[in-house]
This record gives sequence, C-alpha cells and structure tokens, in this order.
Amino acid sequence: MTQLSIDDIHQVLVESAGEVENIAPDEDVTGRTFEELGYDSLALIETAAQLRQRFGIHLEDDAVLSAETLGGLLALANAAATRRVEG
Amino acid sequence: MTGSVRTVITGMGVVAPNGIGTERYWQAARDGRSGIRELSRFDTSGYPYRLAGQIVDFVAEEHIGRRLLPQTDVSTRLALAAADWAIADASGLDGLASDRMGVVTANALGGFEFTHREFRKLWRQGSPYVSVYESFAWFYAVNSGQISIRNGLRGSSAALVAEQAGGLDALGHACRTIRGGTDLMITGGVDSALDPWGFLSQFAGGRVSVEPDPARAYLPFDAAASGYVPGEGGAMLVVESAASAHARGAAQIHAEIAGYAATFDPPPGSGRPSGLRRAAEQAIAGAGLVPGDIGVVFADASGVPELDRDEAATISALFGPGAVPVTAPKALTGRLYAGGGPLDVVTAVLSLRDGVIPPTAHTTAVPESYQIDLVLGAPRELPLPAALVLARGRHGFNAAVVVRAWSQ
Repeated sequence: MTQLSIDDIHQVLVESAGEVENIAPDEDVTGRTFEELGYDSLALIETAAQLRQRFGIHLEDDAVLSAETLGGLLALANAAATRRVEG
Repeated sequence: MTGSVRTVITGMGVVAPNGIGTERYWQAARDGRSGIRELSRFDTSGYPYRLAGQIVDFVAEEHIGRRLLPQTDVSTRLALAAADWAIADASGLDGLASDRMGVVTANALGGFEFTHREFRKLWRQGSPYVSVYESFAWFYAVNSGQISIRNGLRGSSAALVAEQAGGLDALGHACRTIRGGTDLMITGGVDSALDPWGFLSQFAGGRVSVEPDPARAYLPFDAAASGYVPGEGGAMLVVESAASAHARGAAQIHAEIAGYAATFDPPPGSGRPSGLRRAAEQAIAGAGLVPGDIGVVFADASGVPELDRDEAATISALFGPGAVPVTAPKALTGRLYAGGGPLDVVTAVLSLRDGVIPPTAHTTAVPESYQIDLVLGAPRELPLPAALVLARGRHGFNAAVVVRAWSQ
C-alpha cells in the first residue's frame, strides 16, 4: 500500500477533530506536538477511527495516544500499513 | 435579593429566530418581525406540522471558527456564539482571575441533531463509524463545558435541566453562586432540536400546534390558541456582583437581577393550585418589592388554552385584574425551551432601558375572563422600573425572575 504523507494525515486530523487556526497555511507541522496544536486524546481517537475507515490502517488506542506529534502518528500509521501488506 | 451582594447584568448575547445579536433581535421584537416559518432543514412532508422558529442566517464557522465544528451540535455552536457576544459586551474580563468566574447554563433538549446523525451511522454503518465526540456532544451539560473551556472559566460551574423553566433557574443559580463568593458568571440557555428526530420528538409532547399559518399557529392567550410552535436559540448573559463590576470599571450595568424563585407544582389531580403564583410572589418579595412596583410581566405564554387560563388567573390574582401590562414576545420566536427564559430576561432588560414593552404578536382576541392587560398590536411606551419574567417547565417546574433598572 502507498505510504501516507504528512499532508494526508494532517488532512485526516483536521477533518476528524477540526482545524487549528494558529497555523500558517505553509507551516510544516510535522514536529509540532498535539498539545501545542490544541488536540486532545479524543481528537487522536477520532483520527485513528478515520484512518481505519479510509485507509484500513488499524492502530491500537494506546499506541495512538502515545504519539506526541503529527510526525510520530504518521510513522505509526505507515508502520501499521506496511505490516498489513507484509502480513 | 437577601444579603448585601447585589447581582447585575453586564453583558448580553442573543441568538434568536428573528434576530442574531441583541440589537437586531430587539428591533425585530418591537417591529413584530417573526422568525416562525416553514422548516427548511429537511423534507417535512409527511409531518403533522411544519413550522418552527428557525435561525436561518447563522454561519457557525464565521462566529466560532472551524476547530470546534466536528465536536459540536448546532445548539452548542449557538450557545458559544451567544456567550462570546455577551463576554464582548461586558468587555474587560481579562483582568479577572479565571477561578473566580464560572458558567451555569440550562438545556432541555441536548444535542439532538448531532446525535441523530451519529445514530444513523450506527444503524447503517456500525459502531466504528460513530464519532467519538458523540460521547459529550449530546449532553445537557455540554454548553457549560464548552463555554468554560473556550473562555478559560475555572470557577464554580453547573448545568440545569427543567424544560422551559431551566433558563431562569440558571440565572438564579448564577446569582446564588455569586453570593457565595464567585465574582462573575456566564449564564443563560440555548436549545435546538430541528432535525427530523428532534422535531418529531417535540411534537410527541402533545402541545405543539398543527395550525399551518405562521401568523396563527402560536397565539398566546388568544381565544383561538391551539398550542405552541417550537423554536431554537436563546440568550447568554454575563452576571456579576455589583462590587466586581465597579472594581473592574465595567462599561455598563444593564440591569440588576433583583429576585428569583422556583417552585414545583403539586401532583396532577391533587386539586391544589399550581406553584406559579408562589414563584412570582417569592421573586418579587426577594427583590424587596411589592406587586405594584412591577411595570410589566413577561409571561410564560404556553399557547395551550388551559395553561394560558391558569397563568392569566395567576397574574390577575396577584396584581389585580388588568392591573399590570403583560406581554409574550416569544410569539415571534416560538418556545425556546431552556433558551426562552434568558431571552425574555434580555427582552425585559431592554424594555426597562428604552421604556418600551414589545407587543404579543399575532394574538388579537383575549378572552375577557382572563382579566389581563396583554400588550397587543404595537409596542407600548412607558417608564418601567422593574419587570417580572415567568417560565414554566413541563412536569411541574415554575421559575420567576425580577429584573430592575440599576441604581446604587
């Protein structure tokens, strides 16, 4: 399966949990923490549900909640997608 | 009220079917401009009634931004906007300590539209598709919570549910909390349930009018009254101690909440009278006033003949036959449940300010036996020192608030 990009996962986050207004349109958000961006644990659970529905990527809640940044969540999602293809 | 702490209104925000924003709503109330129209949000053919007091020009992202959209019902979006406007109206709250400001809102219907959408997903697609935000978006306390989070208000907070009486109960609880030592409360109520499920659920209560003419469907105190039209919206207020308002140099004091009382009706069939009169008497006495001091009564105005008759009898017995002007601007909005009382309080405050009683639109023929002086047709101008606002909630709730023009 194609790997997700940071833009893909950012879009899922925004559609799941709402758009943060303090980000410039061209800002690289890879390393920003969810806390800085104003996303709470429910936002991450909802994002994980959307990743499952749209991309078939299954992440455990505990794993999702351990991700601190968008980049961290992207790495988890792509690792899970790769495991799924190999499995 | 008893004790030395006086509670004053320093900010107001309105979301009503006939006007978004306090002054636009007030203009509509005086002009008799109605927000009752055929519901346009979904296909109502097949429904036994189609009218609602509907807010049609509210664009949520313009008022509360995009961030909260996935987690909020329409009722919460309206409440957040109204709270923002009330806080902006009060201006200058930034210097107050966050733990000395709280929130108490009333809600009667919950997040119906949001929940209807998620239930549809549950039924059609399965539980993994239900939004995690359903966990709180439906909930009666969600408006208090979201307003608290958005504005960093960490003081004593609560949510009250008492159908149409709840909004006045919230204001009363705000005053009680302030007398207990909190500086300032954001308070009021907003309701909305105009999705297919919520709309029908309101009809199931048995008091909604099936009259199809928007100018004839909700006729409080009219001989032809046939029930009410449901609406959406309400009002939020900033209430604080007079000491807090003076200490921070508040831009204005709109009015004082001088009295509040709540009572409960005896069980059906007891033969004993409703508790509405006791609520009114206690609120007036609590304000240190007598009935003759009240310049206008904002009635609950159910539109159900037997309830209208009971309220009219209560008012004429307490004040004397035809002795006080009575009005029901809610004829232009429909009944707003938890939003109704707070919106009536805002309307009462504006009436005191401008010396104008807005009319009860649409009603023309009040039975003589009601013995009330209902303001009909056009606004009535006269100096008003104080107003009584009444609200009744289904299954026995009664609440009354007295607002008075502010003087030291």
